[in-house]
Amino acid sequence: MGVQYYNPACMKPASFDYLAPRSLEEALDYLAEHGYEAKVLAGGQSLVPAMNFRLARPAVLVDINPLSELDYLEETDHRLRIGTLVRHSTFEKPVCQGPTGRLLAMAARHVGHWPIRVRGTFGGSLAHADPAAEWCVIARLLDADLVTRSSSGGRHIPAEMFFQTVFTTALEPDELLLEARLPLLSSDTKVGFQQFSRRAGDFALAMVAVAFQIEEGKVMNPRIALGGVSDRPLRAPEAEQMIEGADPGDPSFRAAAETAAREIEAIGDIHGSASYRRDLVRALTRRAFEQAITIS
Amino acid sequence: MGRSLARFEDPPLLTGDGRFVADLNQGARFLRFVRSPIAHGRIRSVEIPDHLTAFTAEDLHEVSPIRPLLHREDYLPIEQPVLASQKVRYVGEPVAVVVADSPEAAEDAAEQVYVDIQPDRPVVNALSALETNAPVVHDLVGHNVVVDACFETGQVAEVFSSADEIVQFDLRSQRQNALPLEARGSIASYDRRTGRITLIASVQSPHVVRTILADLLDLPESDLRVVVPDVGGAFGQKFCLAPEDVVATWVAGRLRATVSWIEDRRENLMSSFHSRDHHYRIRGAFSSEARLLAVDADLVCNIGAYSCYPVTCGVEPLMALAEFPGPYDFRTYRVRSRGVTTNTCPMAPYRGVSRPVITLAMERLMDKAAARFGMESVEIRRRNLIADFPYTSVTGLVYDEGSYLESVNLAAEKIDLDDFRRRQQAALDQGRRLGVGFSVFSERTGYGTSAFAARSMDVTPGFETVDMTMDPSGNVEARLGASPHGQGLETTLAQLIGDRLGVDPSRVRIVHSDTDRTPYGWGTFASRSLVIAGGAARLASDFLRDKLVAIAAAELEAAPEDIVVRDGRATVVGTDTGLEVAEIARLSYHSSHRLSAGMDPGLTSTATYNPAGTFSNACHAAIVEVDEETGAVRVERFVVVEDAGRLINPMIVDGQLHGGITQGIAGALYEEIRYDEEGNILTTSLMDFLPPTMAEIPNIEIHHLETISDATITGAKGLGEGGTIGAPAAIANAVADALRPLEVEIDELPITPARLRRLLKSVEGGKVIG
Repeated sequence: MGVQYYNPACMKPASFDYLAPRSLEEALDYLAEHGYEAKVLAGGQSLVPAMNFRLARPAVLVDINPLSELDYLEETDHRLRIGTLVRHSTFEKPVCQGPTGRLLAMAARHVGHWPIRVRGTFGGSLAHADPAAEWCVIARLLDADLVTRSSSGGRHIPAEMFFQTVFTTALEPDELLLEARLPLLSSDTKVGFQQFSRRAGDFALAMVAVAFQIEEGKVMNPRIALGGVSDRPLRAPEAEQMIEGADPGDPSFRAAAETAAREIEAIGDIHGSASYRRDLVRALTRRAFEQAITIS
Repeated sequence: MGRSLARFEDPPLLTGDGRFVADLNQGARFLRFVRSPIAHGRIRSVEIPDHLTAFTAEDLHEVSPIRPLLHREDYLPIEQPVLASQKVRYVGEPVAVVVADSPEAAEDAAEQVYVDIQPDRPVVNALSALETNAPVVHDLVGHNVVVDACFETGQVAEVFSSADEIVQFDLRSQRQNALPLEARGSIASYDRRTGRITLIASVQSPHVVRTILADLLDLPESDLRVVVPDVGGAFGQKFCLAPEDVVATWVAGRLRATVSWIEDRRENLMSSFHSRDHHYRIRGAFSSEARLLAVDADLVCNIGAYSCYPVTCGVEPLMALAEFPGPYDFRTYRVRSRGVTTNTCPMAPYRGVSRPVITLAMERLMDKAAARFGMESVEIRRRNLIADFPYTSVTGLVYDEGSYLESVNLAAEKIDLDDFRRRQQAALDQGRRLGVGFSVFSERTGYGTSAFAARSMDVTPGFETVDMTMDPSGNVEARLGASPHGQGLETTLAQLIGDRLGVDPSRVRIVHSDTDRTPYGWGTFASRSLVIAGGAARLASDFLRDKLVAIAAAELEAAPEDIVVRDGRATVVGTDTGLEVAEIARLSYHSSHRLSAGMDPGLTSTATYNPAGTFSNACHAAIVEVDEETGAVRVERFVVVEDAGRLINPMIVDGQLHGGITQGIAGALYEEIRYDEEGNILTTSLMDFLPPTMAEIPNIEIHHLETISDATITGAKGLGEGGTIGAPAAIANAVADALRPLEVEIDELPITPARLRRLLKSVEGGKVIG
């Protein structure tokens, strides 16, 4: 029912074939058959605009949306298993008890706008590997274990190896990202997530996620991950090292922030130079630590 | 009048029944323009595969180039072929057009057209374009200065040499795109029966578009019809002629078919008109009492690659020259204002035209001087604002009554300036930087042909005509040459007309935006429609009313001066004796034999109004918080005191202010078109060109003053541009106020976080974190 409405101004990708597999096996067969010619369509929130700009011209789209078996969340063995088709908005309320769920919720509210969060997927975001994507930074912070499958088998890729450069991952063309496994952080872990964007919902010019514990009054097991500042999500190992064992508080947070800003190899673009992005890393790292001890 | 009647325009727009150009092109073939990827170069060849339907400048050789004219020696005319011929002058310039059966196929086809261009060195920045060895955009001109206007009173050197304080600074306004939600577009349709071509287009001035199409295509105007359906925003970008619309009209005639061009966002950002790319050097001389004595200004406006029709590329530099003094009283003035061609997208007026930038310049000048004198920013304004009316400015503009001082005083009161200063200090003690900024300005509106003639325009806009009919049922139709597209004029004019004719506004239909149905007029731009079309509507209503009264007087055997027309009835004053307006209307058509001798049957009237113009005024005040570490600016509060004379529909006035201020904040903090040194545009999507969203815009508090002058017959003044004019200066002054202890000067817009950080670091020395 209703009026057919066709707006010729907004949807003009180059022509492509659309495949809707009915099972995971069929999807993997399609990927094996079409290789580099194929692109997996999950939420489509990055791929479709890129196709409309004709920046992406896949000959074949393999739509995995019908594969509802890829939309799941499970907690096993101190791990949160996130099926590749779980939508961003799912994480707006904590999906699990404790800091991991809390951190995911902190980050989720920064993912695009509401329509994007309803449609876009966790796995799609990781596989797209935008260096300013929140989930890529969380995956890097928590050393996610990324589980993949192709028609010839499966493998586990650590986040550190997975993200290679802008829009480039360790995934082979015939390989589908099935699941991300995140550790369930112990309940005493403090987490913080800060980002800076020009407007609400924009890609961040920089973002910082932190997680650490306080044992006997000292910062322990600190993790600092940065996004939006380089070609891929990064950890700040020198800053992590310098704050390990320090008294939590403004001086140590500032020192860690200063180190993170210095050690990062930042990239500039029209929204901010490399030097400006280091300024942001400095401010956001300190704020993420402050946020972590204030609210968790 | 004076009621916030809900807009008649809104129900269809809010329920999906709006009809925009792109809703109307069923059955059309689709055009796609092949655009230059090179900023400056010679076209060696355009290769088109045989299976495509495509046209180039060679095919369109009989179409005249666009050649906007001013008749003055300080303006050099330049020509723009509707498709680039021999030379390309900016990235995005249309070089060829392809025709296909779907938009997708048209885009596929456009990709197959190969344009071979020999690149030349481009010039992008207006100051670079002034250098002697700069690349020349138009060979026939021989240099890049196409507007070079000067004005000078006597005594400039003397006043500066004897001044107590001289404030000097450079100001930079980066380039903006007006960014209507609906980009441009048109449908051109050849009627095989009549040979006429109808252009349905998203434009602001259908009659002017018809005229220029007829001129360029060498057709009689009567063979053309221009219709404007619902328009999704225009803001000036759709006032000047789109070469694409000329091409579409030509293709329709050539193919004897219907063709449609729907601009996409990327094209809009790249090829639709830009604006406000200015460089100013300003000096102000002040007395020891902080009185502004003289201004010396050197203004350079980047007009892009071509001059825009009909207003020409003189519109920004010449307005800047004439209106620079704004609301301030000073008698010594020297200015040079230049328009400079570059290899960038052409400039056209955008809501406010030059005034957002000249207001920024004057308001920064005042705040810088106030700081020198250790004075509150509102105090220096009180000492310098015009207060006696009519006031004739140093450049000869006549200001009618306004409330300049009152607006500043009321804004300061609403902001509670003393309380804010305490709060500001308390925040600073906690390391937070708050600032307040004021911006006071005049808005020249509703000006007729005399004002445009002073600019020596070849095409001199200004008047508006309204044709009015009351039909036998007593309903009114008013047909206008103005072309409202979101301003709510269908509602406000119905209120105005209904008031005069004693009928409910719901019985008044406003017909516009169709050259077959309306008298010749200039369209909707320059904050003019309510003043000028409204004035004509008022006059036409009065003629009709006189006739209603005359008929009623004869029927009721009373004197005309004893007849009162109100609430749908004409009654003899002080009695119940009367006639329904609808009865009189019916009588005038169906019983015309009863009309007095010499009276024509029916109820029709025509009136034209052409006023000299009126100035509305306002004061904007912003409170901002600056995040020193990230360079972010958050607008905490925005207060407006606006005086637009008599308000016909206060809700619509407030809506104009909300939209305008949002665009002003956009220019102050967010939007910036960027090019690289090769002339490649870097901001071709809304990920890179950043209009603010609701999340970035504060609640806007509006207070009204109503100064009624006799400059307009309705008492109403225009206010369509004021929000955009005043907001950038208020924001810039507020940011500067927040950072005053650091001696950071805010002289470039937009104030992006990265730019602000760079400024903060430049004054580092232990004062700035980081």
